[in-house]
Amino acid sequence: MTLRSRPARACAIPLTGPAGKSLIETLSFAAAALFLLMLALFATPQARAQGESSVIIGLTSDKFPDTERALNELPASDLPTAPQIVEALAANRLYFNGPARKLYFADDAGKMFDAATGEPADVMASALKKVRINNAVRRSLDAARGALTLMSPDPAKRKAAADSVFKSRDATALPLLEAALAKETLSSTRKILEEARAAIIAGDSGASEVQRLEAIDILKSRGDQDVVSVLTTIASWSEGRVKAAAESASSVIQAKLALWRNVQNIWYGLSLGSVLLLAAIGLAITFGVMGIINMAHGEMVMLGAYTTFAVQEWARTSHPGLLNYSLFIAIPLAFLVTATVGILIERVVIRFLYGRPLETLLATFGISLILQQAVRTIFGANNREVSAPSFMAGSFDFGSLQIGYGRMWIIVFALAVFFALQFVLRATSFGLRMRAVTQNRRMASSMGIDTNRIDALAFGLGSGIAGMAGVALSQIDNVSPNLGQSYIIDSFMVVVFGGVGNLWGTLLGALTLGVANKFLEPIAGAVLGKILLLVFIILFIQKRPRGLFALKGRAVEA
Amino acid sequence: MSLTRRFMLRTAGAALGGALAFASPAAFAQGAGTIKVGILHSLSGTMAISETTLKDVMLMLIEEQNKKGGLLGKKLEPVVVDPASNWPLFAEKARELISKDKVSATFGCWTSVSRKSVLPVFEELNSILFYPVQYEGEESSKNIFYTGAAPNQQAIPAVDYLMENEKVQRWVLAGTDYVYPRTTNKILEAYLKSKGVMPEDIMINYTPFGHSDWQTIVADIKKFGSAGKKTAVVSTINGDANVPFYKELGNAGVKATDIPVVAFSVGEEELAGIDTKPLIGHLAAWNYFQSVDNADNKAFIAKWRAFTKNEKRVTNDPMEAHVIGFNMWVKAVEKAGTTDTDAVLDAMIGVAVPNLTGGYSTMMPNHHITKPVLIGEVQGDGQFNTVWQTSGLVVGDEWSDYLEGSKDLISDWRKPLSCGNFNVKTGKCGGATK
Repeated sequence: MTLRSRPARACAIPLTGPAGKSLIETLSFAAAALFLLMLALFATPQARAQGESSVIIGLTSDKFPDTERALNELPASDLPTAPQIVEALAANRLYFNGPARKLYFADDAGKMFDAATGEPADVMASALKKVRINNAVRRSLDAARGALTLMSPDPAKRKAAADSVFKSRDATALPLLEAALAKETLSSTRKILEEARAAIIAGDSGASEVQRLEAIDILKSRGDQDVVSVLTTIASWSEGRVKAAAESASSVIQAKLALWRNVQNIWYGLSLGSVLLLAAIGLAITFGVMGIINMAHGEMVMLGAYTTFAVQEWARTSHPGLLNYSLFIAIPLAFLVTATVGILIERVVIRFLYGRPLETLLATFGISLILQQAVRTIFGANNREVSAPSFMAGSFDFGSLQIGYGRMWIIVFALAVFFALQFVLRATSFGLRMRAVTQNRRMASSMGIDTNRIDALAFGLGSGIAGMAGVALSQIDNVSPNLGQSYIIDSFMVVVFGGVGNLWGTLLGALTLGVANKFLEPIAGAVLGKILLLVFIILFIQKRPRGLFALKGRAVEA
Repeated sequence: MSLTRRFMLRTAGAALGGALAFASPAAFAQGAGTIKVGILHSLSGTMAISETTLKDVMLMLIEEQNKKGGLLGKKLEPVVVDPASNWPLFAEKARELISKDKVSATFGCWTSVSRKSVLPVFEELNSILFYPVQYEGEESSKNIFYTGAAPNQQAIPAVDYLMENEKVQRWVLAGTDYVYPRTTNKILEAYLKSKGVMPEDIMINYTPFGHSDWQTIVADIKKFGSAGKKTAVVSTINGDANVPFYKELGNAGVKATDIPVVAFSVGEEELAGIDTKPLIGHLAAWNYFQSVDNADNKAFIAKWRAFTKNEKRVTNDPMEAHVIGFNMWVKAVEKAGTTDTDAVLDAMIGVAVPNLTGGYSTMMPNHHITKPVLIGEVQGDGQFNTVWQTSGLVVGDEWSDYLEGSKDLISDWRKPLSCGNFNVKTGKCGGATK
């Protein structure tokens, strides 16, 4: 006989707070709850008291379904402290005393109030338990919060409230919605309120057909992904003209969204391209212009990201006011740090290996491993958290396209770095010398240029730019010792594809690869898409060995 | 370019070899009367992020055991080697541990591919490996004890939770493109279909290791989720790719209340590198959370923080697995009275030790252990809040009941059967009939 290992039937029980709450206690509580409910129903003349106690009972029972139900009842309950309760729960500051059925909330300063009356209460938060939240409760909380803040004097809050009512489509919020609509003066918020009302009415089987069709029209004019979701739900259970209208509206919107998806792909492609550009542009100097196969390039990016982390830590601990602007300190600092490291590497290792690409390759690969392990020893193997400043968080809508501020600023930053570098190379005497040295070292030398110094500075420049890229990449990727490895292949790919020694080629190469990748990804998947792109580049290099923009003239042969 | 690439690869090999020569085994002073314990975790390379912690846990456990007087009157001696996230090197280092250092047992590996690479070595040289990470199942070796979760101890309860509590009807199975996500997703797909989910309500997506640009995929998930049915993402995305994935979810405004993501590879350690405020409510399924409220766990966290001299160090599920595995091994060695492999292998089965979630874990005849399954929601402070747990312990099921090739197989390493893939249909040991 064999022992067949079978999973014990895992039966789901929502966790009740105190482990091992006795059955008797639960029963007695149920009895008490029933008693209170009866009391509320029959004994007290006001219907209001029933709402109150039912809400309080729900919130103090420490069971997710009860909390959820209580929150659904809250907006209509006339409980004077409803807004405070909701805000306290959202901020995780709502406390309860289970056996006594008492609910308390704390304000920002930690002062406790009795939630039933709003009076200050003389209790210690540490002696109480917090009301716990799960996703279902969070949804009800959002809906309740939306309904309760519809009349808020703060327009931003009203807008957020309207949005969450649209999402929850909670029919009980309809009267509040109507009231808010009657008072709302801001046209943009009015529009969302109307859409929220339309979403409720369109999904209300009790509403008349005309009303519902009208509501579907309003939804159709909003025309985004959320509406498709609303309309397909409605179409799935409605009948007749409403069903047909919902279906046709959703297909119209979907056709429109399909068009927008191409715009979205281009935008995502530009965004990916800008990341590639940032990663590759430093390499375009060290590999493209100077001809050094620098395998430690990725580690320069990584060092830049860690510099950002260090700056943020410094700001967090000693100058919290600067935290939001720490990136602006990190950018020049990352440039300096990585440029210094780059110059060191050039002086100590690479300068002995000019003209021996294979040995350079080996040596720089070794350096990259040393740098990785050094960072791992200093900062630890774990990812480090680099927070996003407020101007890089969030997104805005452009048509049906959602544009994240973070991504947008990275594109701007990549282009700024690109043009700054172009300026340095074209319009400064250092740039002139550098070009002279890379085009014809001996002639430059005989013209009195210190080629050794220029080599070191040029390598430092390339490394410094990689460091600045690291500042930007710390915003979208994880700051870990392996950060650089994931970009090194892509960077070489971009530089080779764009044409060695040509910055414009790097720009165009990065953006082309980015966009091509984003158009391939939805069709072929992320893995195959990447393979296809590599195959394409290999074929392309066969046809044009010098990349998109080949350098011409005698400089090439030198 | 092609020349460069080839050279790059070759160079990679050479340089890696060089680097390893540097980081060769931290040889500890050899004492005559010691029992050696091998620790086979990557301390460099991509997996160092996860595995370094496990090495530290093992050192702590061994130190603690020595303070208690060691084992069988002898001191324990850790032998740490660094396989550097390089799969073939895992096999070499395992051989070195067993043949050269003569370790009595080894605690190690993280990725499935590293385990697959050392498995033949442990079987050939007849030594013991404790593997602490959740994995895809479909394996049972005489020489390996699997203290992490099998799919039925993590993936399937998580899906059940979403189905029952969140009423999810549409599923995105997103994973990194390698063996664990592919097998787990195969099992989940079969399981979902057995529950009546239509094929058009399942979207499967794979991404390369370290994928960092998630814009398209997150947009696809959003679109997939707007079909009017409640949608959830089951994520087997591994390692570093998680941070940009969660960042993108936050940027795109995908909230847990709309489309919850339940992850099997994201624990407290992984969250330590992310601002978790936009992620509140996203889920993870494990057998242990640092936030589990009981005395054993609190004592363990305190010990761990004292050992690492870091008041903020977090604990996670694979760490608990090592604690359980180590304590089981100690108990089995005491029971057998020797560290001889065959005697310990026999003694291991049936050993029960307390886990850190307030219960006991038992080693079953299939070399998997019993565990509770916990579902937690991410909190703003990077911790998980347990919102659900199985009422009892779940036995690890090595051969999934939902896959064609494996549903007839069982594993039982007790004598006289002693078989890792006994086919109950044919009554023979040796895997599925073709």
